[in-house]
Amino acid sequence: MPWTRIQADDSRRPGIFRSSHAVREISYRDAIREALSQALSMDPDVFLIGEGIDDPGGVFGTTKGLREVFGSERVMDSPIAENGMTGVAIGAAVAGMRPVLIHMRVDFLPMSMDQLINHAAKWSYMTGGRVKAPLTIRAIIGRGWGSAAQHSQSLQALFAHIPGLRVLMPASPYDAKGLLLGSIASDSPTVVIEHRWLYDQKEGVPEEAYIIPAGRGTIRREGTDISIVASSYMVYEALRAADELGKKGISAEVVDLRSVFPLDEELIIASVRKTGRLIVADTGWRSCGVSAEVAAVAAEKAHAGLKAPVRRICLPPAPTPASPALEQAYYPTFQQIAAAAGEIL
Amino acid sequence: MPEKIIESCSVTRLDILNEKGEADLSLMPALTDDQLRELYEIFILARTFDHRALNLQREGRIGTYAPILGQEASQIGTAYALDKTDWIFPSFRENGVLVARGYPLHMILQYWGGDERGIKVPDHLNIFTISIPVGTHVLHAVGSAMAAKYRDEKTVSMVYFGDGGTSEGDFHEGMNFAGTFRLPVVFVCQNNQWAISVPRERQTASRTLAQKAWAYGFEGIQVDGNDILAVYKAAKAAVEKARRGEGPTLIECFTYRMADHTTADDASRYRTKEQVAAWEARDPLLRFRLFLEMKGIWTEAFQKEVDEKAKQKVDEAEKTAESAVHAEPSDMLAYTYASLTPRQTKQMRDF
Repeated sequence: MPWTRIQADDSRRPGIFRSSHAVREISYRDAIREALSQALSMDPDVFLIGEGIDDPGGVFGTTKGLREVFGSERVMDSPIAENGMTGVAIGAAVAGMRPVLIHMRVDFLPMSMDQLINHAAKWSYMTGGRVKAPLTIRAIIGRGWGSAAQHSQSLQALFAHIPGLRVLMPASPYDAKGLLLGSIASDSPTVVIEHRWLYDQKEGVPEEAYIIPAGRGTIRREGTDISIVASSYMVYEALRAADELGKKGISAEVVDLRSVFPLDEELIIASVRKTGRLIVADTGWRSCGVSAEVAAVAAEKAHAGLKAPVRRICLPPAPTPASPALEQAYYPTFQQIAAAAGEIL
Repeated sequence: MPEKIIESCSVTRLDILNEKGEADLSLMPALTDDQLRELYEIFILARTFDHRALNLQREGRIGTYAPILGQEASQIGTAYALDKTDWIFPSFRENGVLVARGYPLHMILQYWGGDERGIKVPDHLNIFTISIPVGTHVLHAVGSAMAAKYRDEKTVSMVYFGDGGTSEGDFHEGMNFAGTFRLPVVFVCQNNQWAISVPRERQTASRTLAQKAWAYGFEGIQVDGNDILAVYKAAKAAVEKARRGEGPTLIECFTYRMADHTTADDASRYRTKEQVAAWEARDPLLRFRLFLEMKGIWTEAFQKEVDEKAKQKVDEAEKTAESAVHAEPSDMLAYTYASLTPRQTKQMRDF
């Protein structure tokens, strides 16, 4: 089992980018490609499957060139059947393989929901641990380009609701590599959600393989007056909001969840106890969403520490619009986060 | 330019044993007398078990039960064609398959008695979790076959579903994948004419279910599902073909569900006595016994011996299943993920 030899970084050290222990800077896109390439090299049981994953674009560049190195049996273009390829990948996973199923849009995953919810998520439980489904699903979310209602959703909460599934949302290149490798190494089915707007982000990323365990958030910026808990792209909006607030002498702490399920409750509780105020910024919708879960953790377990009501920055309750004018109104930015902070300080 | 036919498909139907037990010897599969005896013994055990499970349900000692009466030849004949290293993906009405593959009988009772430990399949058996959802496991068999092909393991996956299952998208997607990648998988459709109360005609306008395979680029064959020799022969050929790397096969076992869908159903509300009676005359066990008798293999003494053995095994299974200690409530947390989440770790301590 090659995976047990890989170093795990389960720290929650503060810092935006971990350039301290890196030798070179690479993009989020390249960090993902490097993780896939290393997984394919280390373990013959790993294979990639998805629609168009070996096309010249290579899923926003994240699978580019991998077929040439590893062959079409391991970087496998699939018939267009999202439910079918999910079921086939699950079947291969229970037979001992470690498939990485790649969807260019998270919006294709609703077609796989039966296979994910009724099968992959259930078997370990139903069989008393006898059957494992070590399946990783990469799904991409995003903003803009008129991708609209059926190609630009942010569905993490759907998956995080289901016992048996794990949901990871890396915001930085370092995390993208470590969380993806951790997911491939894990015997639990895991959905890794990437954001299109992060693909060009760069930071120092170690060349060797390493794992970030699920369930460990991190502090992106330490602060004392207010906690902004965010994930994925919203971490960057939160950091910009923290800059704005800093100009007014307000010290905001930015917590990056990294893992939506399991949730790093300890980290959320500790931050809320320290600052006494909480804003949750999520890429998804408000109702029954990730922001609701984070707010509930604060209410249940850090209530005494809260000095003000919790605020949530989420999408309005409407499908994603196509028109740029509507998009601009639709997506929250650092300005809403900063304004919300103003309301509760 | 004239129109021309560029593709045509034909569907073969295989019958070896008629209702009187007379076999077409030119079609006989290669089975020794010992193997025929063994098949008969499995048959008796499967039927004895099925009968007992039904009674236990009636007495309130297990929960719901899905009887296999009438479909034993389809199940045993196909399962018998596999090697121990091959993989089986059963649906919920495959107790004949499980019996044929040596699944611990008490665990089948445990499962239908509402104890999930009954599907913690013993390590030495390549049998996948029973699929209650219809048709969804077709894809898992295909994925398993993909893994076998990739690893060059020469194992075959066999997946069981019914006529109703062929209407599901998973069936079509699975067939398409298997055909496209020429995977070592055998699709066994037990066309028992009923999907609970929905008749076969309501599933598809196709004349046979076997012909669906042609659309995916491989062969489909229909066999008399009440003829264990025909079923075995077709299955053996399909398994060997798959093992040679020549791709998948769909076998439609044309049979009939003699009993209710499950113990929660009453089939007399939607089908006629005449239809059921016509199929009673086609009982798969009776014709197999007559065949063995004519062959000089079956005797009264042999029947007595296999009956007693079966009864003893089922008695033991019943006793073992009913004496199982209750599961630990903390099990529900222990196995949900490959390892415990932080919240689960705390909850475990509270149990």
